[in-house]
Amino acid sequence: MFASQLSSQLHFIVRRLWQMVPTMAGVVVLVFVLFNWVGGDPSYLLAGKMADAQAIANIRAQLGLDQPWTVQLWIFVKQILTFDFGNAWSTGEPVSHILASRLGPSLTVLVPLTVLETFFGIALALAIAFVRGSLTDRLVMVACTVGMSISILVYIIVFQYGLAYKLGLFPVQGWGDNFLQNLLRYAMLPILIGLAVSIAPTLRLFRSFVLDEVNQDYVRTARAKGLSERRILWVHVLRNAAIPIITYVMSNLPALLIGAFLLERFFGIPGIGREVILAVERSDFPVIKAITVYVAAATMVFNLLADLMYGAVDPRVQLR
Amino acid sequence: MTGADPVQLHAASPGLWTLAWRRLRADRMAMASLAVVCLFLLSVLLSATGLVAAGWEDEVAVNYAPPAFMGPDTALAALSQPAAPAPPNAFDPLGSDIAVLKAAIEENAARQGKTVQAAKAATLPFGADKWGHDIVKKTIKGGQTSIVVGLVAALVAVALGTLFGALSGFYGGVVDDLFNWFYSVFTAIPSILMILTVAAVLQTRGVLTIVLILGLTGWTGPYRLMRAEYIKHKAREYVMAADAIGASGWRKMFVHIFPNVSHVALVQMSILVVGFIKAEVILSFLGFGVPVGVVSWGSMLNEAQNELILGKWWQLAAAASAMALLVTAFSLFADALRDALDPKLK
Repeated sequence: MFASQLSSQLHFIVRRLWQMVPTMAGVVVLVFVLFNWVGGDPSYLLAGKMADAQAIANIRAQLGLDQPWTVQLWIFVKQILTFDFGNAWSTGEPVSHILASRLGPSLTVLVPLTVLETFFGIALALAIAFVRGSLTDRLVMVACTVGMSISILVYIIVFQYGLAYKLGLFPVQGWGDNFLQNLLRYAMLPILIGLAVSIAPTLRLFRSFVLDEVNQDYVRTARAKGLSERRILWVHVLRNAAIPIITYVMSNLPALLIGAFLLERFFGIPGIGREVILAVERSDFPVIKAITVYVAAATMVFNLLADLMYGAVDPRVQLR
Repeated sequence: MTGADPVQLHAASPGLWTLAWRRLRADRMAMASLAVVCLFLLSVLLSATGLVAAGWEDEVAVNYAPPAFMGPDTALAALSQPAAPAPPNAFDPLGSDIAVLKAAIEENAARQGKTVQAAKAATLPFGADKWGHDIVKKTIKGGQTSIVVGLVAALVAVALGTLFGALSGFYGGVVDDLFNWFYSVFTAIPSILMILTVAAVLQTRGVLTIVLILGLTGWTGPYRLMRAEYIKHKAREYVMAADAIGASGWRKMFVHIFPNVSHVALVQMSILVVGFIKAEVILSFLGFGVPVGVVSWGSMLNEAQNELILGKWWQLAAAASAMALLVTAFSLFADALRDALDPKLK
């Protein structure tokens, strides 16, 4: 029984991984087309203002731009598979080293932020579900809409100015080598701001997930059994609402890696998001290409992980 | 025959749009937010035609003139009296040349006995920026850019999404597979990353560029919904009837089916406008959006970020609150519109 379940799960994983191949191929082709045809010839960018024909020809040969496009595409695929995108154009740092060293700082901010956001989102959504339809519910929803309407830029500018610069409660910006110091000192305000920005949309969404469940038959049955409203919400409803919540949180994680770019930029955190901004500013194509392809791959893997977690949360879900 | 036309005996049954409008009218919050949105659209129209905020680039006040209710800034007024005319934008590589030119023009004018330097105001209703531009006019002008970008980009995204969704849902088969593959590729890359990647590739900065970036990356949401609608509608009787009279595929898709699913497109568009206005503000803030010399709420926030440290908070407050007011009203209206057009969804 257990063995057959395991094998069916393995079967599911293999099939899903197989399905990723055409999508991933599409991502690779899309990025290739964007950078090789839509964008201009990067050799002019690299050669600078005073470029002669010889210098440009040299750079074109070095980048493989003088090869037919099939060869160029193959070079790109090889780069992806070997994790070797060469050196960044602007700094000369190996792209693989950039990716590896920027991931840590990003995660130092993102993991606590995601955990707190999910926890507070669920707690507040269930609390609001207690009083659904009331004036409080309506007011909180309007407050969420207003909160979502203020640009994230304003939150960051005002909080950084007020809490860090004026009141000195947090460092204005900075980052060190010590993980604990980074987490407890430098990441605190970014996490706080990230929470303030994301709690409104999260609460709205989670509330709708919870409200989708409260009218189901099993809730009526639980009520008829005489269970307390608290137990119904926290045990019965939460377990069912967990499925869309898991999907949302999991599939959002890779996007968040880039999405926190404003926080990283303002607070000088050397993460992936800030690296993307810098690369766009400097037209550092290898860095952008690498990040785009790997983040797309991560998005697909995390979607698969979310599906696998359904099976763990909901025994009715059969992974096939 | 007793005279009365039998058709007249029955009142015409109201259509989808009439019913939706009635539901909207009954919703006070929806009407209030609609009024606010209309006010903003009116200001866009007026500033686009030059009736309002035409002279936003005039340096009408002293540098950083505070809002009228704060009174003039004495220390600053004394400091900025003999100030040299600043270049219109510090990032402009031609800035210094322009300053030289300006000085020459002023000298020339002074020789001819004209007074060029009109008396500069010490305060303005909502203050002035670094160069003495009127913040109220600047906010209106910036709103014009941000709102037009949001609206046009949403139109492009919904048009693309509708076209792809119609083809995919109506024809099915290989066409559907192709567009679904397209969809999975575009959704595999997080939208922010997609936007930044396209911004990196398209080296030119301009209003049209942002519209293209946002429009070409934002079609996936509308596509999914429009595809579902077309699948639902293509088997309906009225489409079969159109088929029977020999209507072509395009005619069936866009003359017969589209009017019946256009409310979905409208709701999608109202949701996208909000997201795109926010995105434009961030792009322009980072310098990937509007070009130098064009003002948008994003470029205002960029300037205001540095002004805040000097204690000049009014440009930040103006741009932030104008944007928050519009986006709040637009989101509330979009929610109400969705509820009114699709009561089943609620």
